[in-house]
Amino acid sequence: MSWVLALPIMIPFVTAVLAFLLRRSRMGDLASVGGSAASLVVAVVLIAEVLDQGVIAGQIGGWQAPFGITLVADHLSAAMVLITAIIGLSVAVWSLAEIGPTSARFGYHALFQSLLGGVTGAFLTGDLFNLYVWFEVLLISSFGLLVIGGRKYAIDGAVKYVTLNLIATVLFLAGAGLLYGATGTLNMADLRGAVAASPDQGLMTLIAMMLMVAFGMKAAVFPLFFWLPASYHTPHYAVSAVFAGLLTKVGVYALLRVFTLIFVGDVGYTHEILLWVSLLTMLTGVLGAAAQSDFRKILSFHIISQIGYMVLGLALMTPLAVMGAVFYLLHHIIVKTNLFLIAGVSQRLTGSSDLYAIGGLYRTAPLLAALFIIPAFSLAGFPPLSGFWAKFVIVRASLDLGEWLVAGVALLVGLLTIFSMTKIWAEAFWKAHPEGRQPALADLPRSARWQMMVPIIALAVMTVVIGAFPSAFLEFATKGAEQLLDPAAYVAAVLGEARR
Amino acid sequence: METLVACLSGFLVATSIWLMLSGNLMRFLFGLLLLSNGVNLAILAAGRLTPGAPPLLGVKGELPADTMANALPQALLLTAIVIGFGLFAFALALTIQAYRTFGHLEVDRMRIAEPAEERE
Repeated sequence: MSWVLALPIMIPFVTAVLAFLLRRSRMGDLASVGGSAASLVVAVVLIAEVLDQGVIAGQIGGWQAPFGITLVADHLSAAMVLITAIIGLSVAVWSLAEIGPTSARFGYHALFQSLLGGVTGAFLTGDLFNLYVWFEVLLISSFGLLVIGGRKYAIDGAVKYVTLNLIATVLFLAGAGLLYGATGTLNMADLRGAVAASPDQGLMTLIAMMLMVAFGMKAAVFPLFFWLPASYHTPHYAVSAVFAGLLTKVGVYALLRVFTLIFVGDVGYTHEILLWVSLLTMLTGVLGAAAQSDFRKILSFHIISQIGYMVLGLALMTPLAVMGAVFYLLHHIIVKTNLFLIAGVSQRLTGSSDLYAIGGLYRTAPLLAALFIIPAFSLAGFPPLSGFWAKFVIVRASLDLGEWLVAGVALLVGLLTIFSMTKIWAEAFWKAHPEGRQPALADLPRSARWQMMVPIIALAVMTVVIGAFPSAFLEFATKGAEQLLDPAAYVAAVLGEARR
Repeated sequence: METLVACLSGFLVATSIWLMLSGNLMRFLFGLLLLSNGVNLAILAAGRLTPGAPPLLGVKGELPADTMANALPQALLLTAIVIGFGLFAFALALTIQAYRTFGHLEVDRMRIAEPAEERE
């Protein structure tokens, strides 16, 4: 049993227990930050190990696959774990400035850490039912985080989030159960062979569709995304930042994993559906964003349209396209979290998130304005920022296939993204504050200023670095995509060479 | 036997959909409960029904003579039931809080977090 696979999951849960026990004192906050820092160290070790050895797998309790529970890390998993740790640490630090003693007493930090643990578990598991369990872990933590302020509109958002997500998990459970009934295994590497060997391919496609709907709902694709814009603007900013960065991406990750590893028997059918879904997701998301006037609601709709690009990469299913999806996934998490954190600072300074009620940030908080430009333009795909390369690869992949319509939609959505970003820019940053307030970073207490700005600057620097030196990251994503499209190494690592 | 369980499971799912579409949060919750039970039944049936056969070991600790019940779907079910119970408890608490907050449970009228219909 390799500790480097188990520790990324264990550290957040140990931290959660510590943070819960210390929730009444300031030590609880520090425990959360310390635990996140430890997670980051372990995640770096994990990715170094994966880069060194290729796919690594470990069997829990020494039960050999496919009977026991397997933990696996390939390039994609390890990168997702690393990015989860980066986001975890950034938001944990940022939370210090936002989360007051009341929310901390209700266990904010413990829930936050168990959310991170659940997300990490979902990225590392090699077992379908275990994936369901991790989904539930992160779901129940997210429920708690969503309502922790107890404000009226948070309850409203939570009702929609909870109900729709519960239906998705029941569907996932049903799919997993039926798949077990049909193939007799739940180990994902073993399922690859078992599904391909099944005499009843129609049933396999049916189950694939059940899982597609379940994961699609988690990933917030068209037409299953309605819970997202109904809830993401309601909780604490730190909560919505970590949700925006990580939760929908777990759904995308599950789609990527399941529809490259297990269900590749009827690609013409399943991936054709994914293609149309992704186009409609991009379009509806960005049009929804254009119609909104709340800082966080615009950003929430952007999440949806960006999810469309990632699913598109999967739907095209060429090495280049899947590489684009992987790269997009990694770049997007950093950018999106950062935008929500900036929205949080803007709300703190101007007193509202309604774009018509705020303004003046460009004049009085130029640093924040500059820091907004970086992720906003990256999201829209301006060179030389990270989003440009992500979009470039996806569009290039669709042009290679002669899919002109797809490439056209992808470019159009980028343009519309800039349109709604301009709206935020014009209303929140450029125009004067309607009540004549002069919001400035100096208004924040000294400690809060550091706690809020350091994570934002760090994430912005990452965006710039990925954009300026893309070759290393693209190379990494290429390797990840190769492993996804040809999972022989993955299967061999889990089941052993003999059963390849 | 399988047919019976399958029909029962289908009936539960159908009822749950009817309940979930009613627009009342409490009914939705009951629907969700029925849905998860319907799915649990389906998992049990998918793992093959072997009435009377013991899983792993018999009553006196001996190996079962001919048929052995599959223990894995039962373990999965147990996990699913426990998780489902926890989530349902949370959803119920949320519903109570929603009732206290809004004074009703009509989902169509829960629009506090949404922008007003017309902005003037």
